[in-house]
Amino acid sequence: MSRETPESRLESRPDSRRAIPDRLSTPGARLLRSWEALLLAVAVAIFVANCFASPYFLDPWNLSDATFNFTEKAMIAFPMALLIIAGEIDLSVAAIIALASTIMGMAAEAGFGTPALVLVGLGVGLVCGAVNGTLVTRFGLPSIVVTIGTMSLFRGIAYIILGDQAYTSYPPGFDYFGQGYVFWVISFEFVLFAALAVLFGVLLRRTSFGRMVYAVGNNPMAARFSGLRVGRIRFLLFLMTGLLSGVAAICLTSRLGSTRPSIALGWELEIVTMVVLGGVSILGGAGTIAGVVIAAFVLGMVTFGFGLLNVPGIVMSIFIGLLLIAVIALPRLAARLAPRRA
Amino acid sequence: MLSSRPERDGPTALVDAPPVLALEGIAKSFPGVKALDGVALALYPGEVTALVGENGAGKSTIVKILTGIHQPDAGRILLEGAETAFPTAEAAAAAGVTAIHQETVLFDDLSVAENIFLGHAPRTRWGLIDWRRMNAEAREMLARVGATIAPETRLRDLGIASKHLVAVARALSIEARVVIMDEPTAALSHKEIEELYELVERLRAEGKAILFISHKFDEIFRIADRYTVFRDGALVGAGHMADVTEDDLVRMMVGRSIEAIFPVRAHNVGDEVLRVVGYSHPTEFADINFTLRKGEILGFYGLVGAGRSEFMQALFGVTEPAKGAVRIDGKVAVIRDPAQAIAKGIVYVPEDRGAQGAIRAMPIFQNITLPSLARTSKDGFLRLAEEFALARRYATRLDLRAAALDQELGQLSGGNQQKVVIAKWLATRPRVIILDEPTKGIDIGSKAAVHEFMAELAAEGLAVIMVSSEIPEILGMSDRVIVMREGRIAGEYERAGLTPETLVRAAAGIGEAA
Amino acid sequence: MADRLLRSREMILAVAIGAMILLISLRFPAFAEPANLGRVFNDTAILVMLALGQMAVILTKSIDLSVAANLALNGMVVAMLNSAFPGIPIPALILLAILLGAALGAVNGLMVWKLDIPPIVATLGTLTIYRGLIFVVSGGAWVNAHEMSPAFKDLPRAALGLPALSWIALGVIGLAWLLYTRTATGRAFHAVGGNANAAVYAGIDTGRTRFAAYVLSGAIAGLCGYLWVARYAVAYVDIAGGFELDVIAACVIGGVSIAGGIGSVAGAVLGALFLGVIKNALPVVNISPFWQLAISGSAIIIAVAFNARAERRKGRVILRTAEHRA
Repeated sequence: MSRETPESRLESRPDSRRAIPDRLSTPGARLLRSWEALLLAVAVAIFVANCFASPYFLDPWNLSDATFNFTEKAMIAFPMALLIIAGEIDLSVAAIIALASTIMGMAAEAGFGTPALVLVGLGVGLVCGAVNGTLVTRFGLPSIVVTIGTMSLFRGIAYIILGDQAYTSYPPGFDYFGQGYVFWVISFEFVLFAALAVLFGVLLRRTSFGRMVYAVGNNPMAARFSGLRVGRIRFLLFLMTGLLSGVAAICLTSRLGSTRPSIALGWELEIVTMVVLGGVSILGGAGTIAGVVIAAFVLGMVTFGFGLLNVPGIVMSIFIGLLLIAVIALPRLAARLAPRRA
Repeated sequence: MLSSRPERDGPTALVDAPPVLALEGIAKSFPGVKALDGVALALYPGEVTALVGENGAGKSTIVKILTGIHQPDAGRILLEGAETAFPTAEAAAAAGVTAIHQETVLFDDLSVAENIFLGHAPRTRWGLIDWRRMNAEAREMLARVGATIAPETRLRDLGIASKHLVAVARALSIEARVVIMDEPTAALSHKEIEELYELVERLRAEGKAILFISHKFDEIFRIADRYTVFRDGALVGAGHMADVTEDDLVRMMVGRSIEAIFPVRAHNVGDEVLRVVGYSHPTEFADINFTLRKGEILGFYGLVGAGRSEFMQALFGVTEPAKGAVRIDGKVAVIRDPAQAIAKGIVYVPEDRGAQGAIRAMPIFQNITLPSLARTSKDGFLRLAEEFALARRYATRLDLRAAALDQELGQLSGGNQQKVVIAKWLATRPRVIILDEPTKGIDIGSKAAVHEFMAELAAEGLAVIMVSSEIPEILGMSDRVIVMREGRIAGEYERAGLTPETLVRAAAGIGEAA
Repeated sequence: MADRLLRSREMILAVAIGAMILLISLRFPAFAEPANLGRVFNDTAILVMLALGQMAVILTKSIDLSVAANLALNGMVVAMLNSAFPGIPIPALILLAILLGAALGAVNGLMVWKLDIPPIVATLGTLTIYRGLIFVVSGGAWVNAHEMSPAFKDLPRAALGLPALSWIALGVIGLAWLLYTRTATGRAFHAVGGNANAAVYAGIDTGRTRFAAYVLSGAIAGLCGYLWVARYAVAYVDIAGGFELDVIAACVIGGVSIAGGIGSVAGAVLGALFLGVIKNALPVVNISPFWQLAISGSAIIIAVAFNARAERRKGRVILRTAEHRA
């Protein structure tokens, strides 16, 4: 922790006034100190531990199966990361999955084909996202409460439609999204996950939209005074989150081959955990997609490894909860201890 | 000036009674800043001590030490001559030290009575809060400060002046011996200020020691008995008001005279750029008309709360005006949000730098390019090289002091942050720049730099609107001055021959049936 | 004053609940009978108490998502103790549940106070941890009615016309009213959420106050843990799953502002009763109970929209003419 502070650099170079360098340190050096690097080390450690813990772990098909633990959640975690960076949150994502899945089930019952079902899934996601976005941006309501409300509302509608019934018949070809393989052990879902990771990574890091997301999350007022259309940006993010929840609903429904209103129950918390574990600040303004991707792998491998060791899912959740708190508490503890040493 | 001060009864102002509270050799440092360096301050019963100093002189730090929010690194606090310490806000309050703050720090959703008694409410035999007695005692306190407010009223429903009275009533309720008033008149109307002076008189008559922090010399000379001047965290002078003149205080405060601060400007004003016709808002301002020409600096003077910022923000599209028109180069311009204003060449450097201007956690260059992203990006994709180039250009022009362009903005000093915020707006290549209190809260060196730069911009043909509450700044920089009062234009003046008295009268509405 | 009372959230809610009961009783008179209303209250009692605890946390501008998991963990612990050692007196078990609940709440509070962890993250974490711990202590097994002692399940037994559960809830409401309106701590909850800065100047330790709020919320969750398993005479890992959202909903509907500083005991109680009446009315008016979730969701959204409108700060009025008009 004894690295130079920017101030001390400034003082040590009194004639820096006309020549301000672009960067303090190289991007490589930055990467090494980053959260993502630490998380990656954790991921590698878990991978190695799993290899030792179970001889079945390294089997390609087992590994491929393991990816299903996180691909659908990660699809939503990407737009959720943007949303949280922008200072908002959407707790209704799992309920959107339930509603989209239910309405797809209805459509399937009514005899619609696979392409129509996909459109229905995406459409429901978009509409739900638009509802959240409208309530938050048009009416200026706090997103955490609004989406707790819509979470009940969306899942509630699914319950109204389905009750304690289930839809189980889906048209031929629909099973591809959740059960198909593109190449050998590489599943369609995994390919989709990878593509979305790249897409959202580029969107956040390389486009002016991404820059605006950071600005809005750090200081919405200053962003607005800088000519950013803050409401529109937030609305788009809710729309994206809704849309990707629709995509996840298609994959999950296809994988399970059935729909109950309780589908994906509690996923919103797992998705938020994934995002926060990935280094996204819950207070907004900071985070990367790379971190979320690594966090997805970490959570997926932990789940899978514990599964191989026959540890029940609920016990795993203790570990995930501890992990969530630890990743946030440790840097704060370190920061608290550091100045005392100095 | 001196002869106009009313004579006071009693011997308090003549003989040096021992101070109620004295600070000696107080030092306080924050990471990177030495806020206070061995200062002393003495407060006497029944006397008003004015604490004078520029922004950043250490006034707010000393208030925080007096109220137990901060602990001094060195020095002694003497209460009635005995050394003591205020480790918590509670301890300071128990010792009878209370502060009435700039932004009246009270609770909007609690009742007036509770605002007065929070933390020391009267209790019943069972240790429960006794609301009946609390309301009765609150009524009594309010009567003592001359307020007719029902103690059950929710604070949110009161105006700023009434909230002040509640804050004073709170000070009385804790049996305060020392009352700190931190810029109490900043947001008050002329009439309310008069009432506040009466209140100060009343507190003085009750034998309270009052620390009065203000930027306004007229009120310091009117109500203070003693002065203490801080400059850059050090004590530069203290004594009786009777022994100093305004000039003396200014010299102590800034370390030089007023004239030297402002750059000499050539006033070459060009064609009309902006014309505002009949701009009105339902509640904030009405019927604003003026024109602005190339190369001109138009000063907007007024008391705090005169509606200047509200009008400027409407002009910038942050809030929509109810009616009125803006013409840019003679063409009607529709401005519904800041994005449109920026596109039309109007930019606004806000007064509240922390909340509205700077994004502290983001790098300097990203702050500078934020409103210009459309220009530095291509097809929606960022081009970092372009961004650094743009940022470097303006950072150099403003003589920014920073370690690197990707340094977080929050790590810079206030003055340098302000430079970045101004750079951000200049990078959009505006035609009209509105600077709202551009030198508020920055050190003297940066202040001069901002003034010089403003003059340079005008010389290059930019049309500048400067909102300022500091008369020297208004007189030193403007070509023309518009004075606003209670949401309306109260007068428009050419710089030549304009006196501080004219401005003050216009701003306060003196000389009319008020 | 009277005018404000009429427009207050509490009054609107009371009228809404009254209107709902009236409308239902037009078709189904049995619903409005005192005995049935008593049943509705008894059925909502746990929600009422939890909402009163959660209110402390929300008042301080925080949130406690772990209440339901806390409740379930305590419920399981006392149920297991009761089935293993039927000799332990019930009051001791209740006290244990309250203390354990307070301790679990203190964990939340410490993380928020000492480590500055955002409340939503801290309690999201403990939500999953506490829920997982239930599995660890129970091994996933159920504690069924026949394993509990009769005294343990005595709650429904009426005393003085009301079941014990209702009496406990009434007692908690009374204590909460004293706490929130008549004690320094209760007022500190309001002050910290309303203006943390000013609270410091008033000599209130904001961190400690927030901690106290979490301890209170946890203690009530602990008490409700016993009440829940005793009332339903069963304990398993998933009891009260997702109930934290109902609790928050009750607060929001009751006018407790998620932004902190605003809320009343009457509001929280009425908010909970509003949900309770809806839940109990659905089967009576022949609407599938599956509607309940969607209705409470809509109620939350409408309530938060209401709150936002009520809280929207009036802009500073500068124009004198406008001031006269207003």
